[in-house]
Amino acid sequence: MTSDLFTYTLRLADDAAILGQRLGEWCGHAPTLEEDIGLANVALDHIGQARNLYSYAGEVEGAGRDEDQLCFLRKEREFGNCLLVEQQNGDFAQTIARQLFFSAFMLPFWRKLTGSTDETLAAIAAKAEKEAAYHLRHSGEWTIRLGDGTAESRARMQDAIDLLWPYTGELFEADGVVERLVAEGVAVDPETLRDEWRATLARVCDEATLPLPPEGWMQSGGRSGRHSESFGHLLSEMQYMQRAYPGMRW
Amino acid sequence: MYTQALNARDTEAGAVEDADRVAAFQARVDAEEKIEPNDWMPEGYRKTLVRQISQHAHSEIVGMLPEGNWISRAPTLKRKAALLAKVQDEGGHGLYLYSAAETLGVSREELTEQLLSGKAKYSSIFNYPTLTWADIGAIGWLVDGAAIMNQIPLCRCSFGPYSRAMIRVCKEESFHQRQGYELLLEMVRSSKEQKEMVQDALNRWWWPSLMMFGPSDTDSKHSAQSMAWKIKRFTNDELRQKFIDATVPQAHYLGLTIPDDKLAFNEESGHWEFGEIDWDEFMRVVAGNGPCNRERLAARNKAHADGAWVREAALAYSQKRADRREAARHAAE
Amino acid sequence: MTEKTTPLWEVFIRSRTGMAHRHCGSVHAGDAEMALQAARDVYTRRGEGLSIWVVPSAEIIASDPAQKDEMFEPTASKIYRHPTFYEIPEEVGNM
Repeated sequence: MTSDLFTYTLRLADDAAILGQRLGEWCGHAPTLEEDIGLANVALDHIGQARNLYSYAGEVEGAGRDEDQLCFLRKEREFGNCLLVEQQNGDFAQTIARQLFFSAFMLPFWRKLTGSTDETLAAIAAKAEKEAAYHLRHSGEWTIRLGDGTAESRARMQDAIDLLWPYTGELFEADGVVERLVAEGVAVDPETLRDEWRATLARVCDEATLPLPPEGWMQSGGRSGRHSESFGHLLSEMQYMQRAYPGMRW
Repeated sequence: MYTQALNARDTEAGAVEDADRVAAFQARVDAEEKIEPNDWMPEGYRKTLVRQISQHAHSEIVGMLPEGNWISRAPTLKRKAALLAKVQDEGGHGLYLYSAAETLGVSREELTEQLLSGKAKYSSIFNYPTLTWADIGAIGWLVDGAAIMNQIPLCRCSFGPYSRAMIRVCKEESFHQRQGYELLLEMVRSSKEQKEMVQDALNRWWWPSLMMFGPSDTDSKHSAQSMAWKIKRFTNDELRQKFIDATVPQAHYLGLTIPDDKLAFNEESGHWEFGEIDWDEFMRVVAGNGPCNRERLAARNKAHADGAWVREAALAYSQKRADRREAARHAAE
Repeated sequence: MTEKTTPLWEVFIRSRTGMAHRHCGSVHAGDAEMALQAARDVYTRRGEGLSIWVVPSAEIIASDPAQKDEMFEPTASKIYRHPTFYEIPEEVGNM
């Protein structure tokens, strides 16, 4: 149980941390000044979630590891984030599609997790739910404008959706860890979120005049530490300071 | 928030302005009334403000880049969040300032174009590179510290929108300098290696920070007019001295040495005396030949070009929606 | 190339203290929804507000500063509108 809870919490923490890391790359480079500030807000929400989740994971593990040791001193195969969040920013459409797919899942996920028998997870979820609601609104509105904007923006938004679609299957994967925790009322069964997720995407993409891809073949591997090639580069950048100067205080 | 007083004021070229109006305007300024965008103002006042506010805004925007360089490599999650929030604030401050400049009849697009083409100036401190994590602390402590010295008097600037923007900025910015100093404090206390890193950062950022206040009063021809218009409240040298007096003891508290062998406390005046600033370096960097000038402009140009299709899409969508509403209205009639 | 201008919106925020919406700045956005989001992202980063209004800047009708005297001077002499104009004996108490 303890080890399941540790793994589960750590995966959620990794999702938040890695997405926060990716979004942070936009700072100073967004299409408008307003959006620079907007994307940074989304990034900050994820970094905040990651801190809470890592701290809790460290507590559950009981081995004295703090949020930073968990984030900056684990290796690529030890990270359990889904592949979707680690995908590179690409153009603005790809970043928006990644955010849309993820937040359309995370909003009902957090809402359901507020009912977890684990009080800490429930509390983290209550805060994250509100954040996810805004992330969905933000990415949804942009998807609509890019889809129903110019010919170029429509093509880019469609490409982004098609490109990232195969990474959405992993959101619904449930291995032994998840199944056991669902049975105990700790975790959320992702399959129960599928209808809402589909409905959200259908609503947004319909307004954006963009067809959603068919189910098709899906990528997998993130939850068991098999990541994209680009992920190692993300880690070497993110973890540089802790690796180059081990054991120091910052 | 960073200003740098380096431009000569515009002369009111050609335009002969009504002496009575000019006198009435000056009387309002002298009486500490705020000048608002729709009020009559001398052309020179307007031009000076547009240039100063937009330079200030550009500095914020370009200033996001050197610090942004370390967001992805911040050593802890707490530091990452603080840095990202700070760089985001700089963007916000740029936005407030562009808005203030826009009240004078220039558009954001025009101002952006001036920055991207290299026509407009921004604070040259941002043409120096951030080489180590200690630079992030040094920027917060020194660069934001110098900026705050400049900005506090600007809260009382005679032009209403500028003064209001500065009040908001100063309120938000109080955390910037503190986070920088605290970061350095943690480093100098943690290990000898980190303390050396901090000293190295101070060595590289000290002199450029002093240059942020602009040329010495004796070489700055435009100060007098800006002072009369109450756009400026203190001279470059006065602000620089205030900054040095405040900062030297802070450096000593960190156990650092200011890289100036002429630095000495004058018991009589109560001020720190300092060595000669290398104004040749300053002029060289302002003219475009600093370590990162080209890189900074290229980065801004790339972001702008990469985002063009997004901005076009947003406008196209709003046009389509307006057209549809119009069509629906017609259909209903 | 001159870029098309993105509309300017004035932003008004009602703070936690229950005061009226107050002008706090402006943002650029293609449409009202995006203006609201931008206003939220730009002007409420520190929990400043509980409600936002955005108004197209072009829709603001302003008084002419040149007419300041005719607009606002006449009121200055109407001191009888102010409570201190009237003298009430102290014994009557607070009024």
